[in-house]
Formats: sequence, structure tokens, C-alpha cells
Amino acid sequence: MNGINKNKNKYTLTRKEERAIIRENRKMMRHFEKLKKRKNVSESEYLTQMRDPNNLVEFDDLHTYFYTDIGTVKAVDGVSFEIPKGSTVGVVGESGCGKSVTSLSLMQLVQAPQGQVVKGSIRFNAGDKCYDIVKMPTEAMRKIRGKDISMIFQEPMTSLNPVFTIGSQIDEVILLHLEGYTKKQAKEKSIEMLKRVGIARPEAVYDSYPHELSGGMRQRVMIAIALACEPKLIIADEPTTALDVTIQAQILDLLREIKHKTNSSIMLITHDLGVVAEMADYVVVMYAGRIIEKGTVNDIFLDPKHPYTIGLMKSKPVVNKVVDRLYSIPGQVPNPINMPNYCYFRDRCDRRFDKCAGDYPPLYKISDTHYAACYLCDKSKEAQ
Amino acid sequence: MDNTIKTNDTQYCLQVKNLKKYFTIGKTFFGTPNQFLKAVDDVSFDIEKGTTLGLVGESGCGKTTVGRSILRLHEITDGQIIFNGVDITKLKHEELRRLRPKMQLIFQDPYSSLSPRMNVGEIIGEAVKAHRIVPRSEYKDYVLGVMQNCGLRPQYFDRYPHEFSGGQRQRICIARALALKPEFIVCDEPVSALDVSIQAQIINLLKDLQDQYKFSYLFISHDLSVVEYISHKVGVMYLGNIVEMGTKEQIFKNPMHPYTKALLSAVPVPDPTVKMNRIILQGDLPSPANPPKGCKFCTRCPNCMDICKEVPPVYKEYEKGHKVACHLYPQD
Amino acid sequence: MSENKKVPDTIDELEEESLSDSVKVLSPGRLVLRRFFRSRLSIVGLSILIFLFAFCYIGPLFVEYTDTTTFAIPREIKMVTEEHFTGADGKVYTYYDVSKNLAYDKAPPSKEHWLGTDPNGMDVFTRLMYGGQVSLKISFIVVLLEALLGVIFGGIAGYFGKWVDMLIMRIVDIFYCLPGLPLLLIASQIIRAIPSIHPNERLYWLMGILTFFSWSGTARLVRGQILSLREQEFMIAAEATGLKARTKIIKHLIPNVMPQLIVSMTLGLGQIILYEATLSYLGLGVPFPYAAWGSMISAADPSKGSEILSFYPNLWVAPGILIVAAVLGFNFVGDGLRDAFDPKMKK
Repeated sequence: MNGINKNKNKYTLTRKEERAIIRENRKMMRHFEKLKKRKNVSESEYLTQMRDPNNLVEFDDLHTYFYTDIGTVKAVDGVSFEIPKGSTVGVVGESGCGKSVTSLSLMQLVQAPQGQVVKGSIRFNAGDKCYDIVKMPTEAMRKIRGKDISMIFQEPMTSLNPVFTIGSQIDEVILLHLEGYTKKQAKEKSIEMLKRVGIARPEAVYDSYPHELSGGMRQRVMIAIALACEPKLIIADEPTTALDVTIQAQILDLLREIKHKTNSSIMLITHDLGVVAEMADYVVVMYAGRIIEKGTVNDIFLDPKHPYTIGLMKSKPVVNKVVDRLYSIPGQVPNPINMPNYCYFRDRCDRRFDKCAGDYPPLYKISDTHYAACYLCDKSKEAQ
Repeated sequence: MDNTIKTNDTQYCLQVKNLKKYFTIGKTFFGTPNQFLKAVDDVSFDIEKGTTLGLVGESGCGKTTVGRSILRLHEITDGQIIFNGVDITKLKHEELRRLRPKMQLIFQDPYSSLSPRMNVGEIIGEAVKAHRIVPRSEYKDYVLGVMQNCGLRPQYFDRYPHEFSGGQRQRICIARALALKPEFIVCDEPVSALDVSIQAQIINLLKDLQDQYKFSYLFISHDLSVVEYISHKVGVMYLGNIVEMGTKEQIFKNPMHPYTKALLSAVPVPDPTVKMNRIILQGDLPSPANPPKGCKFCTRCPNCMDICKEVPPVYKEYEKGHKVACHLYPQD
Repeated sequence: MSENKKVPDTIDELEEESLSDSVKVLSPGRLVLRRFFRSRLSIVGLSILIFLFAFCYIGPLFVEYTDTTTFAIPREIKMVTEEHFTGADGKVYTYYDVSKNLAYDKAPPSKEHWLGTDPNGMDVFTRLMYGGQVSLKISFIVVLLEALLGVIFGGIAGYFGKWVDMLIMRIVDIFYCLPGLPLLLIASQIIRAIPSIHPNERLYWLMGILTFFSWSGTARLVRGQILSLREQEFMIAAEATGLKARTKIIKHLIPNVMPQLIVSMTLGLGQIILYEATLSYLGLGVPFPYAAWGSMISAADPSKGSEILSFYPNLWVAPGILIVAAVLGFNFVGDGLRDAFDPKMKK
């Protein structure tokens, strides 16, 4: 701990810079919190139109920033993609790339007041109506959360409340969101849900407490809770990362089965390319808060275009595929503060060229479904 | 030293014989232990000099306990650990302390394995000073040299761990181990907390260092693909036992134990065109405090027979270097 | 910070200025300070403490006399005598005789003596300063001694475990179930009764006794911390690198116990001030004529007559307020530090 005033370490902020950041943060946070706390917002303010009625969710130029002590973190910086009805969209990326923040923005669960959706819209197709979740007041959002959109978290150990029985936690969701359920009917429905997620003795599990179950079982219970209200969208945030391989196989199998049986869409957030390849119909690859490539699962895995996607696939060893030396992307994942205005991946990229020092590349269209943000994909360049 | 065991097996860096580690989980009123958790139950293996043994298994199978017992970070219940011809289970405290630099450990969690109140130079150099690995005058140059070997820039010397990302912290951990000039390193899930692009860097670093310094590794991981890439021999653990052991090729091309087969088929493949015939194991890992009678895998085994529920299978060699414990194969 | 955004062109330059390094972060100390000053309460607490220290240690420099200087300030007081007698008509008559007298104590607040003087003719305002010095001095020394004992015993118990831990922790348990205040009273009485102890040395004995009865809490805290630190992987790493026990304790354990220790010490300061005030109030602390906040309040003790309590609030309200302020100040700062050290409290 060096002296505060004569701190010459160039890696630490000076007092002056620190104060400027605080002042700026306070201003921005107050501005957004005021917007959110408005009362009696008429529904017409957040009603909107889907670009394509077959989509369930459309992210449009979403910006979510965090105002932290060391500067503004642009966790999500201009993300646009859509989740079609009844399909699974895999969002892949390394830690800190903004994949979880994207899903939290959709749920309006970004940690306030530091985290704020600054720009853009998230259109959600609720059947007869269509809402812009960014403009929605918290009150109205509560009706959608858990009912139309539900979430499965990474840590099955901490996402269940340890002092309530499994049954009462599922009942709670059913009684809260579904109308006309008596306690007895809710219990029947809960047991049916437990049966549906492949729990062998649903009655016994209904009365047990979370600590009596293993990790895999708890994740099944979480899925049962998520499915209880027949949501239109299930957000699965790293659902199998904390589980063992054999249990992961069970849970993935279950998720796939659910996708076939119900008409729900799944937004699958993961860092594991293998899981995405198996589960997803569409894939979105994120890097440092931006989408660098998106397309169908075949586009991405069979014909990856962005050097980052290619590098990511080469750097993961595959069972029974012998490689002499593993490819590795040099450098570290960038710290998302003070990002440059050229391509964020440029410093780690082995195929960079002059143009990469210019503006951040836009998403270039490769086919109707396949887009990549890299100058290598610029067709007009080849024409020159 | 009277602990030296005269062996001809000088090609082995480490030999583990019938290692057992029981944790006491229940005591009688008078304090005599009467309930045990058999975390490691009769495990034997050898690691040749300059090679890597991969140890795979699910959480709770005892692989971490094996790693820490070998370094005598736990007191072991029974068995022999012979390191360079010396049985280290019988060493006294001070003798063990002097031997420690030769056997190092790299952890899974790069966040809790670095003391938050020491800077990088201190973390790496502390034990170098304590064991007088190099003369005092060369100390700083030596530490900087080690840092460079691990891909850390010299200006990191005075910085604190919280300023670094997971991958760089893991490099600091590796540098701390490397600085002591070890011969054997236990890598306990060194890459499972890291991002994919960083994982490859760390694995390559570990491999390069092995080529350069001829280390032997015990590489503990649940990630089969990483283990296949880095190991020469692989052991598969289930509930405190090694159920199958063999060379990398034997385990991955010709798995014999049903558990190994299931593990291999459970790994997701990043290729949407491959449709696998997955063996999905039913149920969860039984509690290690109360394992099933007979073969410990019988509760989840797709090929379970009557005999499996009664008699534990014999751990036997079927090909050269390929040992399996399963009733599917002739027992005598 | 615009210079960070310049585009690196060569590989070498890129090594120096890669994206992950271009970001400035806060040093660990600054992070703690930042979190500390984010809370309003801790700023209030800190201001109270700064004011108190300035008052007690800088204040006396502006006064040319000490706490024991007496002043004879004449003031006129009315002497009223009351007499009853039965008149010839059988009624009881009351007879008042009002005369004037001069008194030299308990002067009212004036320009020279802001809070007046006390029954001994000493300046109350000055005595507040010197009394504060005593309170602060005692509490700091006691807390430091307490921390020393706590770290030694707690550290030994936590690090070595087994029977050592058992023994020390049982001793700590015994101290925990002793009723603190009654024992303190008895002990201070005993000290008072021992003729060989000079009244001026009583202060040091008082510190010793306070320490003796309050180290056990610190020891328990340190032991708990060390037990949880021992399970941390960096401690296992220290073991695996073969460091000596002494190095492990000094370089790895103690620095990581410090934050919690500092918090508990800060909160302890307020506690000790209260104990000291209580003892002084009961006349067992700092001997007359030296000042202490507790003994200043005791002037208003109703058992000695309610005159001061009713008519001279200038003698006892101020020390009362100062005691409350000191304890609150230390508690606010302690709470603020706890939140600042605990990274999980990051809001």
C-alpha cells in the first residue's frame, strides 16, 4: 500500500482521475434511476412492434453500461440479435464478454444503480402484445419475469432457498403467476413438474430440503421451477458448468427433451462450445461486449469466419483428435474500460492488416443467416 | 538417510503404493473414530521421470485428495509414497520441509491461491529466499528470469494479485512453483477456472516447461480432452479407487471399464454434425461416506451383473500397462 | 487518458501496451479508502474523532493553565434562611431572612471560563480537554495491549490447534463468562487499598486491569480468522513450498488478519472509553485532582445532593456529550472500516 499522494505507479489512477470518474458516475446513475422510478406509466409508452412476428425476442442495439469506481464498463455495447419462436439460441463467449449481462438486461435484473441500460431496445413478443422491455417500469416487468421469461442459473447450490422445502418453492411460483390455482392443485402441478424433469420419486423430493439433494438433482428442480409457468422463453445461464460431465449429459438431455415437448425458446448462455454445438439452432459469439459473429449452428461450427471464433475452436482440445501443439490465442481478454475504437480483437489477432487499425468493423453479411464483424469478410474489399 | 529404499526403478520419479486416506466423520463418545470416509482407498500408480500422469474423475472421487496426500499436505492413513527412491511417508517434519521444493503444487482457483497482501515478486521469491535456491545477489534476476519463462512481464514484479486476470494469476502460481526448481508438480485442475482461450496458453506453457526442464506432472482434471492432450498415461478414478489405468491411447481408443466409456461419451463435441450414441448414466454419484457394496460403480453401471453387487472386482492388467477393475473381464 | 487509445503497431509496442494493461486500477489501500469515504456515517465518525483529538491535544496549547489550576472567582449569592414559628393566633408563620454572601466556586460561564468553574474552582472547559487526553490515552494503550495479547494467544491457538488450541480457548471461555464490570470494580478497589501504589500510578494499573479482562474477545477473533485462513489455498501453497512456521505466521497469516483486527480494535476503543468513564464516575479511576470525563460527571451524583444536577448543567452536560460523541465516533469509523475492508460489501 503506497502513499496516496505520491503514488507514481502508472497502473493506478491519480486522485484527479478518480474524482472525475465519481462525479460522472453519480450524474449518470441519478439520471437513469429517475427514469426507472416513474410511476403510472401508461402501457402505450412501452408497447412496440416486432420487426418479424415470428421472433420471440429482438435485441436491437442494446447498450448496458456499468459505472464502476475505475471507469465506465461497457459490458454490452451495441448488441443486436433475435430469438425466433421455438428455437434455441446459444450465446458463447469468455468471461466478461457481456453474455450474462445481455440476459440480465432482458430480465431487467442488471445490478442497479451501477448497471444501466443506456441505449437500445429489447422487444418481447408476449403473444397479443409486444413490449419494449427497456422502457418498461419495474412494476409491469414483474408480471413477465418468472411467467413469460424464466431463468436457470449456474449455481444450483445457491439458487434455491435452503430453509424452504423444494415443494413450497415450486408452489410459490405457480401460485404467484398462474391464476385460479388452489394450494392442492398447485401441489399436484408441482409434483407433475418434478416428474417431467425426470425425478424418480417426485413425492419424496417435494417434501425434502435443498441440502438433501445432489447438484444434478437441484439443477433439475431449478428447471422444474423454470418450467412451472410454461414460459415462452427460458434463459439458461451456464446451466451445466458447475456439474460433472456425466451429470451434464443428463441435464443437456433433459433440456433437449423439454425443447421438443414444449414450444418454449431457450437462450443458452455458455462458454462451452461443445454444449452449444449440441443444443443450439442459432449461435451468437460475443467478445468484449460486442457480437463478433452470428449465424446458424452450422454456419458457425462448419464455416467460422471471425479469427476469434476460429481461434476459440482450435484452442480447445477435442477427445480422440490428436494435435501436435494446441493453438492458443495470445494475450489476455481485454479489460472492458477505455476500449479503443479499433477492433477489440486486433491486438490478439494473427490475421490483422492495415485496415484493422481503423474504425470498429461493422457486421458483414456472409449469407442470409451468417454475419461476422471482421474486415476479412468485407466483400467489397475483395472486389478492389 | 535411513529412509532410502534401494530400488532399481530409477526411471520412476514417483511411486505410490496402496495409498489410503480415510477421513474420520464419526466418533464414539470417548473419541475413538468409528465412521470413516474413504476418500482414497488403496490407490497405486507410478510416474516415470519427465512424463505426465493424468487423473480423471468426477467431483468427490478423491482425485484432489490423492494429489495433496502425495505432497503430504494431509497425513495419510496407510501406504507408501516413494519419491526418487525415498519413502516420504516416514520423513520427519524438518526433513520433509527441506524436500518440499522438489515437489510442487498448482491449484485450481487462481484467486484464493495467491495471498492478496503480497506483491508478485514476493509471492514468487519468498520460498526462493527461504530455501536459498540462489545466492542473495542473484535473487532478483533469478525471479525476473522465472517470470519471463512463465510469460510474465518484468514490470509486474511490484504489482498485487488483484490487478491480474485469472490467466495471469495462474502464470504467477506456475512461476511460484517453477522458481523452486522442482522435479515433480501436482497440477490440481490448473485450467478449469480459466477461459478457453487462456486454457490453451496455460496448457502449452505447462507442456513447454516440461520439455525444457523434464518435470513429471500429476495432472488432475475432470476435463477429458485436456487430459488426453497433456498426459502420457491416464488413470480414471471413481469413489476413491482407480477403476482403469493405461496409456493415453489405451484409455481413449480402447476404454474397457463401463465408467470410462460413459465418461468419454458424455463429453460434448463442438461439431453439430456429429450425432453421438451417448451412454447416459442414471442417477448421481453415491455418497463416498456410504459407498455401495461390491463394485462401487454398480449403482450406475449400464452393464451391472449380480456378481457386481456382491464382490468387488480385482484390479488387473489385461494388456501391457492397461489395468482395469471390472467383472466384465475374466477375474483370474 | 486518450494516449492509451493510440494504435500499437509493432509487436513489441503491443507487448507493452496491450488492452488488458492499458487500464488503470486502484491500489489496495485506495480501494479501502474509497469504500470507507463512500459511507456518510464513517465521514461523520471521522470528523467527530478529528474534532475530539484536536480539542484534547491541541486545545491545551491555547490555555495557559492546567486542569488543576484553581480560580477564586467571587460571585454574589443570596443566602436565604427560613424559620417557622407559631404566632399568637395559633397559625404557623414562615420567616425568611435574605442576606448576601460571596462564594468562590462554581462560577457561571463567562468569557474567561466558557463553562464556568467546578466546586473546586477549576475551569471546566480546560478539565474537559485534559480529561479527554486521559480517556483517549487509556483506550489506545489498552486496545493495543489487548490486540497484542489477542494476536499472540489467538494466533498460537489457531495455528497449532490440537491441545494448545483446546487449552487457550478454554481459558478464553473462562474470561468470557466472568462478569466484567463487577470484577473491575473489585479490582480497582483492591488497588486503591494497596498503600504502596501511588495514586498517580493507579492509571497504569487501571489499564492493566482493563486489558486483562478484555483480551479474550480479540483472541477468539484472531483464532477464528486464522482457522479460516488456514484452509485458503495460499496457505496450503505456503506449506507446500516448505516455509517455516514463523514465516508463514508473520508473512501470510498476520497481514490477512489485520483488517478484521483493526475493525475490532476501533470498535473496542469506544468500549474502553465507556469502561474508563464508569470507573472514574465511581471514583476508582484517575485520582483527584486530575480530570477525567467520568469523574466530572460524578459531580452531579444525586447522592451528593441534587444542587449541581439541578442548577449547574454547565458542569456535567459537556463531559456527557463528549463521552457519547467519542463512543459514537469510534463505532461509526469501525463500521465504516469493516464495510471498506470487506470486498463483499462492494455496493
